[in-house]
Amino acid sequence: MPSLANPTRFLDLAGRAIPWLTALTVVLFGAGLYLAFFVAPPDYQQGDTVRIMFVHVPAAWLALFGYMLIAAASLGTLIWRHPLADVAAKAAAPIGATFTFIALVTGSLWGKPMWGTYWVWDARLTSMLVLFLLYLGLIALWQAIEEPGRAGRAAAILALVGAINIPIIKFSVDWWNTLHQPASVVRLGGPTIDPSMLAPLVVMALAFTLLFVLLHLIAMRAEILRRRVRAMQLTQVEQAALVEA
Amino acid sequence: MQGLGPHAIFILAAYGVTFAAVTGLALAILADDRKQRLLLADLERKGIRRRSAGAAKTAKPARRPRP
Repeated sequence: MPSLANPTRFLDLAGRAIPWLTALTVVLFGAGLYLAFFVAPPDYQQGDTVRIMFVHVPAAWLALFGYMLIAAASLGTLIWRHPLADVAAKAAAPIGATFTFIALVTGSLWGKPMWGTYWVWDARLTSMLVLFLLYLGLIALWQAIEEPGRAGRAAAILALVGAINIPIIKFSVDWWNTLHQPASVVRLGGPTIDPSMLAPLVVMALAFTLLFVLLHLIAMRAEILRRRVRAMQLTQVEQAALVEA
Repeated sequence: MQGLGPHAIFILAAYGVTFAAVTGLALAILADDRKQRLLLADLERKGIRRRSAGAAKTAKPARRPRP
């Protein structure tokens, strides 16, 4: 782990991991889509509409995972002030926001034929919308403050305050009477989904998770390079000022 | 469409939105990565070095031309 915490070492490791992760992600998506469309049976109540689950559920899981990653990295920024922690948090925000957007839209498209409406202001849907707005707020904050260190600390505080929304999302279906169904995969008594549908869901979830990791590695690499470019541009300006003097 | 039942449009729209969002995100991240690599390469070509890369490696500023 200490070697990973060095940006130069991280760039080297990321460069080696990215091609393998890309190949594995493509293979898993191919297998997952095949299982989702050609192997998984239609649900006895929902029919083929249940196939939306194979993109909706992984996207929702990763929306939460992305925010938990940002919250954990924020602790690293505030407590240890490690630059890679801030880089990890900043790079995860657009990815988490995209997965939250996918979860919201696919849930809405699933809700219309099953519930008869695209949207209801119930606890699960509303708390997911709050998560999306939190992601947008974090992205805006990072964009608004030019100095990366100050931006990172401000975003870390906002991210940790917003982390209270994560348990609310998870337990909203238990705490309140919602239109959204309760947990059927990650629950104490084990999954209630039939294995013929659980298997494609697990494969798609793995594919989406690898995609998240892959995009996060590339985004982190781009962010490290952006900070190097910024530092070098400042050096360039200083050198030009010296020449002028 | 027939194979996916009466709600095929919702299923296809869900997968379509997912594909478009993921592709857009991936392209944006890859474009940003490429842009930063090009900027870094350009600065290195000009002899600019980060302070942490070592002061010795820092290119000397050009002398002021004599009048």
